[in-house]
Amino acid sequence: MNEITTTRANHLIDPVMGVWHGEVALYLFLGGLVAGIMVLAGLAMLGKPATERSRAASLMLWAAPVLISVGMFFLWLDLEHPFNAYRFYLVLRASSPMSWGAWILLLIYPVSILLAWVMTPDDVRAHWRQRLSFMPQFDAITEWAERNVRALAILNIVAGVALGIYTGVLLGTMAARPLWNSAVLGPLFLVSGLSTGAAFMLLYRLKDAERVQLGVLDMGFIVAELALLALWFIGMASGGAAARGALAVFFGGPYTAAFWTLVVALGLLAPLAGEWIEHRHGTVPGRVTPILVLIGGFALRWILVYAGQYAGLAEVAMR
Amino acid sequence: MSGVRYAMVVDTRTCVGCAACVIGCKTENGVADSYARDWVYTETAGTFPNLSMTVRSERCNHCEDAPCISVCPTGASYYGPGGTVQVNQAKCSGCKACIAACPYGARFIDPNVGAIDKCTFCVHRVENGTPTTSCQEICPTQSIYFGDLNDPDSEVSRLLAKREHYVLMPEAGTKPRHFYLK
Amino acid sequence: MKRREFIRAGSYGVAGAALLGGVSSNWYGLYGNPLPDPQSDGDQVIPSFCELCFWKCGILAHVKDGRVIKIKGNPKDPLSQGQLCPRGAGGTGLLYDPDRLKKPLVRVNKRGDQTFEEVSWETALDEVAENFERIKATHGASALALFLHGFGAGWMRHLFRAYGSPNIAAPSYAQCRGPREVGFDLTFGSGIGSPEITDMGNSRCIVLIGSHLGENMHNTQVQDFAAAIRNNADIIVVDPRYSVAASKARYWLPIKPGTDTALLLAWMNVIIGEGLYDRDYIDRYAYGFDQLREHVKPYTPEWAYPRTSIEPELIRRTARVLAAARPASLVHPGRHVTWYGNDTQRSRAIAILNALLGSWGRRGGFYIPSRMSLPPYRYPGYEPADGEAADRPAPSDYPLADEALAQGLCEATIPGVRGDPKIKAWMVYGSNLPTTLPNPEQTYQAIQELDFLVTVDVLPAEIVGWSDVVLPEATYLERCDELRVASYRQPFIGVRQEVVPPMYDSKPGWWIAKELGNRLGLADFFPWKDSMEYAKLRLSMAWLDCDVLQRDGVILGEPSPLYFDEGAVPEFWTDSGKIELYSQRLAGHGFDPMPVYHDDELEEPPPGYYRLLFGRAPTHTFGRTTNNRLLSEVYAENAVWVSREVARKWGLEDGERVYLQNQDGVRSSFTAPVKVTSRIRPDCVYIVHGYGRKPKQLRFAHGKGIDDNELITRYKVDPIMGGTGMNVNFVTFIRASDVTPEVATDVAAREEVEA
Repeated sequence: MNEITTTRANHLIDPVMGVWHGEVALYLFLGGLVAGIMVLAGLAMLGKPATERSRAASLMLWAAPVLISVGMFFLWLDLEHPFNAYRFYLVLRASSPMSWGAWILLLIYPVSILLAWVMTPDDVRAHWRQRLSFMPQFDAITEWAERNVRALAILNIVAGVALGIYTGVLLGTMAARPLWNSAVLGPLFLVSGLSTGAAFMLLYRLKDAERVQLGVLDMGFIVAELALLALWFIGMASGGAAARGALAVFFGGPYTAAFWTLVVALGLLAPLAGEWIEHRHGTVPGRVTPILVLIGGFALRWILVYAGQYAGLAEVAMR
Repeated sequence: MSGVRYAMVVDTRTCVGCAACVIGCKTENGVADSYARDWVYTETAGTFPNLSMTVRSERCNHCEDAPCISVCPTGASYYGPGGTVQVNQAKCSGCKACIAACPYGARFIDPNVGAIDKCTFCVHRVENGTPTTSCQEICPTQSIYFGDLNDPDSEVSRLLAKREHYVLMPEAGTKPRHFYLK
Repeated sequence: MKRREFIRAGSYGVAGAALLGGVSSNWYGLYGNPLPDPQSDGDQVIPSFCELCFWKCGILAHVKDGRVIKIKGNPKDPLSQGQLCPRGAGGTGLLYDPDRLKKPLVRVNKRGDQTFEEVSWETALDEVAENFERIKATHGASALALFLHGFGAGWMRHLFRAYGSPNIAAPSYAQCRGPREVGFDLTFGSGIGSPEITDMGNSRCIVLIGSHLGENMHNTQVQDFAAAIRNNADIIVVDPRYSVAASKARYWLPIKPGTDTALLLAWMNVIIGEGLYDRDYIDRYAYGFDQLREHVKPYTPEWAYPRTSIEPELIRRTARVLAAARPASLVHPGRHVTWYGNDTQRSRAIAILNALLGSWGRRGGFYIPSRMSLPPYRYPGYEPADGEAADRPAPSDYPLADEALAQGLCEATIPGVRGDPKIKAWMVYGSNLPTTLPNPEQTYQAIQELDFLVTVDVLPAEIVGWSDVVLPEATYLERCDELRVASYRQPFIGVRQEVVPPMYDSKPGWWIAKELGNRLGLADFFPWKDSMEYAKLRLSMAWLDCDVLQRDGVILGEPSPLYFDEGAVPEFWTDSGKIELYSQRLAGHGFDPMPVYHDDELEEPPPGYYRLLFGRAPTHTFGRTTNNRLLSEVYAENAVWVSREVARKWGLEDGERVYLQNQDGVRSSFTAPVKVTSRIRPDCVYIVHGYGRKPKQLRFAHGKGIDDNELITRYKVDPIMGGTGMNVNFVTFIRASDVTPEVATDVAAREEVEA
């Protein structure tokens, strides 16, 4: 093995890159979660009459603007020059996923808030309509939203999918980080987002029918996620030396234990088994499996953020 | 490409890795304490006593296809004069996507500003009448060359035409403008 | 306002302006990309010369708002040629070192206790003068010893000469380059000097023996070395370590440490035996060739092989390469050559080999330097020394030493070593003796015996902590100095100028010497107002314009021929007037007249121990720069180079921290990481000198790495000239993780006491 020395001591890069930390992982997790909620809410809106919805499900979409705000707050905390954040909105840079992301995040607010408003139970809406009656535009907006509810639902699905995919693409376009550099990362993060979105919903007091439905859906998401993980791994394993070197972080490398226990075993296989057992026995899904899914979803992003930085092109070449 | 295409060439045969380039750059460019825009890399191959060693001074490669510029969400990273890769710190939010995108580890956050800092190819010199970069100027072994690739008579063009050379991590597909003579 | 706040405020301002200006205006700042400009060019650019090492390169200091922003090479200066080594470029790291000595200090408690009182210069200088006068009155001026190093030392030397003490020693002689000077002087009638008179830029073959150019960054020499590489010169590096220079070489001979003379003799054997030497040159200029021919006959490559571990074929091949390129074939004399106590003879062997190649006075070998003539300042003559030189046990010892031996003055301070101590007080100028003289325990012992110790320094080095009075000197950027009259291929005079006024309460060396002189009744020896007045007067005597010198930094002289075939006069200031292959003078003193390799001279390491070798890092001038933040960012601490074989045997991991402990049980105060490497022989370890600094006041250097000098408890004195061979110590590893807390506290306690 060759002996390498360098005088570079860039604290953010040497000896292991550490530019992004928990804040970014949390943001990616919440982004995915919000994407999941928006897609599921949009589907619900398209699929089912309001009468079949539980009160919790009717209010669920309000979580989207709240959670995305929390996520963006953490992202903002990660910025080294937070007062320049407005710069994101002076340009749209086609080549930069982060630039689209910034604009997608802006889109999330009107789209999710409008639909959430339409979905909100009538008693709550009546109360707020009265409180806000001094604003004539408010009624106009409400009426417009109600007229275009299908379009809004579709918009939520589209925006949710865009958001979910973007959180993966953000990492996936970094050619210098072979672990991240995969087209599978976008769909993977989307499916994981859908899964965590469903799990998040399951934490609330939904109707049994809704729970069963979400449980079945989530099994599908988890199976899809496992398939995408496998694809991602196959892609790397059959790739160049850098990709194979990067994959080693999960096969004997420093993130092996964390990945296989937290993400695969605890976050995917255990909830899948749980949901399947519930399904077989006709029991209504409880709150244990959703919590595992949420842990797994966060662990996936957390581990990926660090492992991807650990496995840089240059570093992999050196090891 | 038309116009000027700035490039740097480092002669690894003569470079002794003394790091004068590092210190010269730090004082010329007022680089923050504990950080540097260029550095010295050595790689020893073989087993005792049949050894060979590469020594070279490294920095931003000013790639023609710069991933740092692609990922920059605010336009703070841009192609500057002569196709160099520059950062406008006033536009930088410090999102660090470019650090993650750079295969060469050339970028860092200037802790005094909270924005990206990196090698500028000394455009403040070369665009204002001083023909040398500061690392080139100070180099006691004169192993650093700088000039216009589009000018076939420039020293860099002539060296690249004459001598075997390589770029770092060509597999990254970034088309570096920083060459190393074997 | 801090820079960050400023930029933030600026961006608000720009945003505001953009809003007010409306969409039609040029949203400059929002969309424009002004060129990045650090604006580091000085309002004033002042030429001077460097003091980060002792090569003295011409610099240009950029000063802006009273601050030195950056330092560049002075293109007009023949030594820098516009380029600088990292140290020179990092001079501001010394000037703005937060740990600099700021005020004169007088010791309060017992010596070494590190308790000082800040006093005025008046008080400090009075204290020094009183002690000097008291000691001179009882013991004579010769009881005062001056240790010095660096360019500013001349003023102190002048002071001591005027005061009547002959005991003035620079450790750079007996601890560094002395044997080389003597060895070459015995052979060619003149030494190598500094800058070395090697003509590497024109060499077609260069041999480096233990000289690690590229890690040793004497600017012009490295420039010449690079030129030789560019010219495809054949480079042969003889070094137990695969140095950077070795990586540039066509041949690397990883010689067994201490056997260089055997290799040199074998090379002579081949070159003479195969008739490859410069017959004409030898016939014309050399004395004693026949004796040499007979002398080297037994030293065949086969004889050398078991000693040096270099294959006979390789010795032959390299000898032929060397001879094929003659006379542009240079066997480099090295610089730090005090290795094994037989160093003068090894330097002689190098000199003789060069003579056989005909390289002295020839292009690509050794050029003949010249110097501008500048009359000395007319002082009253120095009085004859008040007492005898104390650096040698008897005047007949080390008969060929032509400078005082620093370790000798140290020994002469300790009662019992040479009978009654002859030295009672030290003045130490810019020379950190505990990390400079071998066996620091002995140095500390001597310090404890002193009546008085005064130190002139810039930083709180180890020696400062032991001083009675500490005089903070201004750095080279804050003071004018003696004129630099260089002996070089291009003769020139250089000037050191005050680039910025002295910071804190520091004072230039000339001022300190003059003030002390006034107090010691030597005012006649310091008649000038300041060093610039002194310089102007000297220049005017040679009809040179001081304004030009101050503007350009240098005045160039008329070069004289560099080589014999271009008109340089072949003069050899030896006894025979010829190149002495056979030295009558050595024979006369009972030494080997021609170098002999003595098998019994070399001690082998005990089992589990490895020979300790030391060298340099390119960004450092030993301990003088390890606290320079700019330079230490690049090489913050030293590493212990351990061969893969040895590391495997010990189970040492790369990066694992160890203490080193020597054959006498002395353990390093601090730890350093192991560098497991293929680049070194298994019978030795290597560290860079100058680390493991003890003073806590040195915030960037304290406790970083291992001080090799602590482990050099033994040294072998060269009988010819008194140089201290220091590569005769052996060390073993103690894992930092194996050191029990008690031992660790023990080390800490010792450090506490010693600091």
